[in-house]
Amino acid sequence: MNMILPTASISATPNGTTRPQVRIVIVGHVDHGKSTLVGRLLHETGSLPDGKLEMLKAVSARRGMPFEWSFLLDALQTERDQGITIDTTQIRFRTRSRDVVLIDAPGHAEFLRNMITGASQADGAVLIIDALEGVRSQTRRHGYLLHLLGVKQVAVVVNKMDRVDFSAARFNEISAEISAHLIGLGVTPTAVVPISARDGDGVAEHTPRIEWYKGPTVVEALDALEPAKPLAELPLRLPVQAIYKFDDRRIVAGRVESGSLKSGDEIVIMPTGKIAKIKTVESWPVTPVGGPQGAGRSVGITLDRELFLERGDIIGNSGASPRDTRRIRARIFWLHDKPLTKGEQILIRLGTKESRATVVAIEKAIDPGALSNEENSAIARNHVGEIDISLAQPVATDPYTDNPRTGRLVIEVNGRIAGGGLVLSVDAGRPAVPIDIVPVESALRPDERSARYHHNGAVIWLTGLPGSGKSTLARALERRLFSNGGSPILLDGDTFRAGLNSDLGFSPQDRTENIRRLAEVATHLARNGHIAIVAAVSPSSADRAAARRIADSAFREIYVATPAEVCETRDPKGHYAKARSGALQGFTGIGNDYQPPSGNELTIDTSNRSVSDATDEIERMLATTGILFDELTDLAANI
Amino acid sequence: MHLLDNESVAAGTRSAALAQASSVPGIPVAQPPSMDHLDELEAQSIYILREAFARLKKLALLWSLGKDSNVMIWLARKAFFGRVPFPALHVDTGKKFPEMYAFRDRFGKEWDLDLRVEPCPPIDAVDPTLPPAARSAARKTEGLKWALNKYGFDGLIAGIRRDEEATRAKERVFSPRGLEGEWDVRDQPPEFWDHFNASPPQGAHLRIHPILHWTEADIWAYTKREGIPIIPLYLAKDGKRYRSLGDQDITNPVASTASNIDEILAELDATKIPERAGRALDHETEDAFERLRVAGYL
Repeated sequence: MNMILPTASISATPNGTTRPQVRIVIVGHVDHGKSTLVGRLLHETGSLPDGKLEMLKAVSARRGMPFEWSFLLDALQTERDQGITIDTTQIRFRTRSRDVVLIDAPGHAEFLRNMITGASQADGAVLIIDALEGVRSQTRRHGYLLHLLGVKQVAVVVNKMDRVDFSAARFNEISAEISAHLIGLGVTPTAVVPISARDGDGVAEHTPRIEWYKGPTVVEALDALEPAKPLAELPLRLPVQAIYKFDDRRIVAGRVESGSLKSGDEIVIMPTGKIAKIKTVESWPVTPVGGPQGAGRSVGITLDRELFLERGDIIGNSGASPRDTRRIRARIFWLHDKPLTKGEQILIRLGTKESRATVVAIEKAIDPGALSNEENSAIARNHVGEIDISLAQPVATDPYTDNPRTGRLVIEVNGRIAGGGLVLSVDAGRPAVPIDIVPVESALRPDERSARYHHNGAVIWLTGLPGSGKSTLARALERRLFSNGGSPILLDGDTFRAGLNSDLGFSPQDRTENIRRLAEVATHLARNGHIAIVAAVSPSSADRAAARRIADSAFREIYVATPAEVCETRDPKGHYAKARSGALQGFTGIGNDYQPPSGNELTIDTSNRSVSDATDEIERMLATTGILFDELTDLAANI
Repeated sequence: MHLLDNESVAAGTRSAALAQASSVPGIPVAQPPSMDHLDELEAQSIYILREAFARLKKLALLWSLGKDSNVMIWLARKAFFGRVPFPALHVDTGKKFPEMYAFRDRFGKEWDLDLRVEPCPPIDAVDPTLPPAARSAARKTEGLKWALNKYGFDGLIAGIRRDEEATRAKERVFSPRGLEGEWDVRDQPPEFWDHFNASPPQGAHLRIHPILHWTEADIWAYTKREGIPIIPLYLAKDGKRYRSLGDQDITNPVASTASNIDEILAELDATKIPERAGRALDHETEDAFERLRVAGYL
C-alpha cells in the first residue's frame, strides 16, 4: 500500500496561521452575560459551525426556554441544567486582523480556580458588567486576579443595556466606578463598551439605541488587543526541566523563558553559581543547530564540562543571573478550602524547581471582592495577601518586576495546586564562582554510589553543648551505618581544629570560618554519596544556617539537647572544670552564647535514653527524610 | 455583519534567517529568529511532554494511529532527541481500517517505538444503556482500563484537542482520573502558568494532553511542514475523505476533493462542518459524548 510521505515544507499555510493570534478571557460576575456575549460574538463573526444554531434552538425548546446563546458553550449537561458555567471553555473566531481564542471562564465564586485556569492563559481580558446590577464582588475579585495573573490589557463591557433603557447616565456611572477600581490595580481599561449581548447592540455594530456612544464595538476592542510577546529583551533564563543521557550526549533540556542562548555562550547555573560554556545546542532531526535560540523555544544544550546540575536550576548569563535565595516575599491568591496561616508547611514551585517551605509571615490578607479592605491574619479561600516564605533549600528566582516568567510561583498542598502569585522581593544570596575556577567533578554519578550504599549522600549535623553526647552519638551512628553497608564518615570539630582549621581561633569570625570549612568538606562528601556526620558545638544559629545553605537539601540538623547541668557533670574533656577555674577562655557551655536551633530535623536529649535507642531514632529520621532506603525502587524515585 | 476573513495569506512566512539558522551550524546571527505560530505550538507541547516525563514514574503514549497522535509521536521524538522514552500503547478495537494497521506495523518499526498492542473486551461487556455507536466506542475505555491494570501506568499521554468537541475544551493539560479512570469534571484542580498537578492518588492515573491547544488546521499545517507520514484515507478518493479516523463501522467519510494537505487546509478554512461530523457516536444523543468522557473515554 501507499504511505504518504510529504516533503518537508516551510511555506505558509492558506488557513492563516500567520495571523496574530490573541487569547482573550471573558470574566465577570455570575449571570452578567459572559457566555451570551461569546455566543453572540460567534454568530456576528459568522463563526458558528453549520447546524449549531438549529441545535441550540432545539435544545432551548426542549427545556421550554427562549433561545439561549449560552447553551453553545455550556455544553456540559450539568451546566445546561443549572444554567451556570462550571469550567473554562475555549472557542475560536476571527476579527478583521486577529485569530481570537476566546476563553469563557465561570463567574461563580465557587469556581474561581477555573476562572484562574482560563485567565492565566490569556493575552487580554474582557470584563463584563450587568448594567442593572453594576459592579459586584466577583467583578472586583476578577479585576484583582487579572492584575495578579499579569493580564494587563482589559476591555470592559457593560452588558444588558436594554434593561436600563440604554441610559448613558447609568453607563457613565458604572464606567467611572470600574475604571477607578482597575486603575488602582495598575490596569487601565483599553475600552468601556455599552452593549446588549442578547440583542447584538455594540457587539459588532453601533445601533441607534446606543447612538450616544462613540467608542469601539466589542469586536473592534478585541481587534486592538495584542498577543503577548516573548521576553526577548530580558536576560537569559533557562529553567532546567531535565538532564537526558539517552546516548553519549548529556543534554540539559528546558524552555528559554527570556533572552536567548547559542553555542559558545558563557552561562551561570543558579542557585549554585557554577560556570560553564554552552558546547552545542541539540535538536532533532537535525543536530546540532547554530544561531541563537530565543525566548519561548524548548531547547537542549550540552555543556563544555561535567557539572552536577539538576531539574530546578536556572541557567542565566553571568553578570545578569537570577538571585539565589531561601527567603521570598510574594503576593498570592489562595484557592484552598483551608485558610493559609503563619507557620504552615507548603510546597513551592518556582519554574521547574520544587521546594518545601514554611510561611513565616502573613500580611495584607484581604478579600479582593469586598469594598472595604479589612485585613486578616490568615488568607481565606479566594482571598489574596502578601506572605514571607522560608524555603528548605536555595532556589533561583527573580522579582516579577525584573522577570514576569521566573518571578511567579505556585503553592501546592497535598499534591494539588492551592494558590499562586508573584515574587515581590528576595533575600540576597552568595556570589557566583569566578570563571577561571573550573571545578572537576567525580567520574561516578551520585546514583551509582547510592545503589551500592543504599543511601543518598547527606550531611548530618550534630549541634549541642560540649559534653552533650555529640561525639558518642556520631560514633554510634557511624558504626551502625557502616554495619549496614553504608559509607559514613565522621567529621569531628576538634579533629578538624587540629588540622585543616589549625589556623583558626575562637573569635566570632574564626568560628564562622571553622563552620564554613566543615560544611564545605561535609557537603563535598555528601555530593559524592557519603554520609558525613559532623559533630561540632556550632553555637551560632547564623553559622548553622550558612552550613545548611551550603549542604542544601542534604542537610539534616540534630540538636543534642542534653541539659547544661548534665553536660557539665559529664565534662568528658575536662573543659568545664578548666573554664570554671578561668583557665579556658571563650568556652561555650558555661556562658549563654549557645543558640539552640529551631528548624532542626531532630532533637535528642541523651540524659534520659540509651545510645542505641537514640541511634535508632536518628536512623528512622534518615529513612523518613529520604536518606536511607531499603529497596532499589525507592532509589529510582529519588533520581 | 461578517468579519470572517477569508483572504489567503501570502506564502513564505518563515523567515530566511530561521531557515539559515536551523540548517547551517556555526553562522552567527545577531537576533534569534522570531517564532511563528507552529513553532510556539511545538515548543509548548515539548514543554508539556518533558514535564510529564520528569514528574511521572510510568508513562505511556496512546497511539490511535490518527493524524493527531502521529503529530504527538513526532513531538515526543523532538522533546527527547529522537527517541520516545516510553511505550506507545495502541488499544485495538480490532475494527480499524486495514490502512491503519499497515501504518502501525510499518511506523512502529521505523520510529523505533516500544509498541504495545492491547485488545478490547467484546461489546457484551460494555454498558448496555449507551446508544449503539457510543457503546461500541466504550469498548476502548474498557480496553484502556485493562491495559492500565496490566502495566500500572500512572500517566497516559493522549492526543485530544480543545477544538474537537465541547467537553474536550474544558480539559486540563494534566487531567487527574479516578481509580476507575473516570473524569470528575466538577472538581478539576486549578492549572496555570504551566504548573501541572502531577500527583495522582495511589492507584489512579493522569491523562496528559500535550496537543490540547492545537487545532485541526494546526495539525495539518505542522504535518506538512515536518513531513510527518499520514494514512491515505485522509485524502479524497472518489469525492470523499475521512477527516477523523475511528472504528470502520462507526466512522464515515465526508464529501471532499482535497487530495493533498494544502487542499485539506484550504477546505478547512472554508468549512463550517465540525471535524467529528463523521463520528456516529457524537451525535446519537445530546450528552452521549459527555457520558463517555466522564467514564474515561478520551
